[in-house]
Amino acid sequence: MSNLTREETEALIAEVLEVYPEKAKKDRAKHLAVNDQSIEQSKKCITSNRKSLPGVMTIRGCAYAGSRGVIWGPIKDMIHISHGPVGCGQYSRAGRRNYYVGTTGVNTFAEMNFTSDFQEKDIVFGGDKKLAKIMEEIEGLFPLNKGISVQSECPIGLIGDDIEAVSKKAAAAYGKPVVPVRCEGFRGVSQSLGHHIANDAIRDWILDPKKEPKAFETTPYDVTVIGDYNIGGDAWSSRILLEEMGLRVIAQWSGDGTLAEMENTPKAKLNLLHCYRSMNYISRYMEEKYAIPWMEYNFFGPTKIAESLRKIAAFFDDSIKAKAEEVIAKYQPLVDAVVAKFKPRLTGKRVMLYVGGLRPRHVIGSYEDLGMEVVGTGYEFAHGDDYDRTIKEMGNATLLYDDVTGFEFEEFVKRVKPDLIGSGIKEKYVFHKMGVPFRQLHSWDYSGPYHGYDGFAVFARDMDMTLNNPCWSKMTPPWKKVAEEAEPVAKAA
Amino acid sequence: MANIMIQRGAQGEYVFYLPKRDLEGTIVSMEFDTPEKWGGEIKLNNGGAYFIEPQAAPDRLPYSVRAKRLDAAE
Repeated sequence: MSNLTREETEALIAEVLEVYPEKAKKDRAKHLAVNDQSIEQSKKCITSNRKSLPGVMTIRGCAYAGSRGVIWGPIKDMIHISHGPVGCGQYSRAGRRNYYVGTTGVNTFAEMNFTSDFQEKDIVFGGDKKLAKIMEEIEGLFPLNKGISVQSECPIGLIGDDIEAVSKKAAAAYGKPVVPVRCEGFRGVSQSLGHHIANDAIRDWILDPKKEPKAFETTPYDVTVIGDYNIGGDAWSSRILLEEMGLRVIAQWSGDGTLAEMENTPKAKLNLLHCYRSMNYISRYMEEKYAIPWMEYNFFGPTKIAESLRKIAAFFDDSIKAKAEEVIAKYQPLVDAVVAKFKPRLTGKRVMLYVGGLRPRHVIGSYEDLGMEVVGTGYEFAHGDDYDRTIKEMGNATLLYDDVTGFEFEEFVKRVKPDLIGSGIKEKYVFHKMGVPFRQLHSWDYSGPYHGYDGFAVFARDMDMTLNNPCWSKMTPPWKKVAEEAEPVAKAA
Repeated sequence: MANIMIQRGAQGEYVFYLPKRDLEGTIVSMEFDTPEKWGGEIKLNNGGAYFIEPQAAPDRLPYSVRAKRLDAAE
């Protein structure tokens, strides 16, 4: 099917909105738009970061998910207590596949679930005593932990527990950082506020400028990787490129990251920011407080990688710039081989995306390098500045949808008929049943890494594997197929 | 009164950031912009206007400062 024109896309949005009651229609209309590259400011065409409409299927998470699941969870040598009832921690345990090196349960703890398992009596009488006891037990059972964070679930804020007091007392008793994080799920409209709260907690409790700085030998080439959660090994395939360029990566935030790395971050010369949405807050803070510049980069697809490597090298001297060119040249044969193999199989295919706060614009480059086209994109929890950046990346007259509802997404897919959808696990099986190839783009469908040159090879293979899978031609069961073919015969008779 | 952060953009222009509302925008005009006197009424590209108590220009940007909202953005 050929691409829709601007009028057709507008008509499609109007048609989809038709089913809503008047008030809901007015609200949702603001979140759906047709991309127009001439617009400078996204808020002229799309509204974002607003409360989801009651009664529709939203795909968003909560502040706790943003803090414990995204920012704090991957910090491997700290123990993160899911403070509250057991479910929040258990059902989000290790689901994001943040890989790390270490012995789980001995010196690393990211895959484990620590929870205070609130019962009725804890709600009635308060859970502070229980929290103090948990910390005591943690110290006894896991003495190699480097610190503890307390990730609040909804009831903590509702009953007004003083987790700060408990944390301060424990920090003094054990001589380790104990960080209370006020990331109760009801705060904010999506996980986005959880990211912000988590960033602020790191700022206040870890990067405290009043603390005595630890001795650390710096070099002029120290950089950090911020906002890479090492999903399926993403940060590793990014890190090697930076190291081959002659830079020294002194911290990974927060995939495969440690507390010591975070404490050393203010010594870096440049902060490299991959996920802008979740960690721009701390980057801005470090820019102001420690005069560390930060830049956004994109390691999805060879075009964007080369662009980013050159942009990073521009911050350093000529030897780094020369080495960046060497790195790009070194990987060119690998890229050529991948493109030669997969581009003919994927070219011209159309993709619709709906992911969190970064990938709806970052992965576009990867698809374009394989000759594919992104015809619709949207974010769960982006803000206006993300859409400002997206408008330039997307083609004219493509669909933009913010906090899309289950119904809208299905209707869009039925009409736009993309060849591939990239979204999350909650959407996956709906679209599989509709017979549309689907890749899970939150945690790479048990695959990965997708960052860097090595990741691009995996990405291309996975897209081909899904799109050209023979199962998609078997969607109609044989008995129905026979009927369809037999029909004209019957009519003729 | 709100805490805002002012920094330099890629083209050397002033960029405005309001952390509380996660609002980004470029500053189109600033009333006083000399080393001795800096601040005053600032206008944003999104239509908002804020007032910073005129003061000596900060040594380096980004710089966090209290500002009064004169005209809301959006």
